[in-house]
Amino acid sequence: MKEIDCRGLGCPEPVIRTKKGLKESPDGVDVIVDDRAARENVPRYAEATGYKAEVKQEGEAWRIEIRR
Amino acid sequence: MDEKRLTELVRSSGCNAKLPPGDLHEVLDSLPHDADARLIGGYEKSDDAFVYDIGEGKVLIETVDFFPPMVDDPVAFGEIAAANAISDIYAMGAEPSVALSLMCFPSCLPLSVMRSIMLGAIAKAREAGCIIAGGHTISDREPKFGLSVTAIAGKESVWTNSGALPGDVLVLTKKLGAGVNMTALKGGETDAAEAIESMRTLNKRARDMARALRVHAATDVTGFSILGHSAEMADGSGVTVSIAFSSLPFFSGTEELARFGFIPEGRYTNEDYLHDKVAFASGLGKRERDLLFSPETSGGLLLSMPRPDAERFVDGFGAPAAIIGHVRERGSVSVDVIA
Repeated sequence: MKEIDCRGLGCPEPVIRTKKGLKESPDGVDVIVDDRAARENVPRYAEATGYKAEVKQEGEAWRIEIRR
Repeated sequence: MDEKRLTELVRSSGCNAKLPPGDLHEVLDSLPHDADARLIGGYEKSDDAFVYDIGEGKVLIETVDFFPPMVDDPVAFGEIAAANAISDIYAMGAEPSVALSLMCFPSCLPLSVMRSIMLGAIAKAREAGCIIAGGHTISDREPKFGLSVTAIAGKESVWTNSGALPGDVLVLTKKLGAGVNMTALKGGETDAAEAIESMRTLNKRARDMARALRVHAATDVTGFSILGHSAEMADGSGVTVSIAFSSLPFFSGTEELARFGFIPEGRYTNEDYLHDKVAFASGLGKRERDLLFSPETSGGLLLSMPRPDAERFVDGFGAPAAIIGHVRERGSVSVDVIA
């Protein structure tokens, strides 16, 4: 699965990169974030566009698995 | 080198750049509070400005507010920063007299940008009848701008945020959603024209109209969100305020932008601080929390008034002023949100 590394980025950048990522890979993407607002906002974007999002802790960061 | 956009240089913007309220209070509560009988209202009361008795029935009112840009147009940024800072004076029911500017300015930007920010601020201050009489500028990687504003008023005429009475109703004089709109603007998802126009609008007209009516408590709605500023008013007044979600006016498109995740970071830190002060009626969920905990910038006045005065105010002021809730005897929370 395509991975989008958004560590170090504040909102809305992770949401914008997720949007671009899903346009290129409509089946889904993994988004890595280390910002608390991004952890909340990226799943909101995914769900608003009809995807499912699962958030998994990975050390100091979170992996958000976005799937159809 | 390409000229940098103002908002490109900052991580957070507007009142969303406020330190999380929990962190702020942790420090403030640990500081010594020097008593001075002439200091009538200070930071321990969470009011919008301090009030200092200068004798002969007069008080000095002073406030300071500055933040990073939320828009790229430097004139608009100057106007918004000035309107936002001056608003704290209007929230005390007073009129601004003089101001000092605070400017942090990066060396990568041309000086014409600084000039435009100042021109915007001067024009807005002039509209408020206030003179920017000086200021201080430092070099900084992130641009920031704001004003320290001074007013002199009659001692008995000052509004506080701690006089709300059970039976009052709450009036809000601007729409909500600035934080959500500024987050989406940064992402290129909206031009946020309605929010920008609102942020650059002075609360002068609202203050002037309310002066002729009975105001029991007043504040303005900025970084701590409509719920945070309502909670401060409720706690200061020893009451509970009840806000009706369906009565709240939002900039068009705000709800959709929030649903798509264009939510400022302050929404989460505000909820961390406020979660045990606010109760939501069943049926209200993430959508309402996202909208109501999001920070505002240069928001409207929140006025606690007897109902007849509130109705006269709303009739006279017109949209977007609205009655958004009421005040009741203190219950278990500071604010409850009903549908």
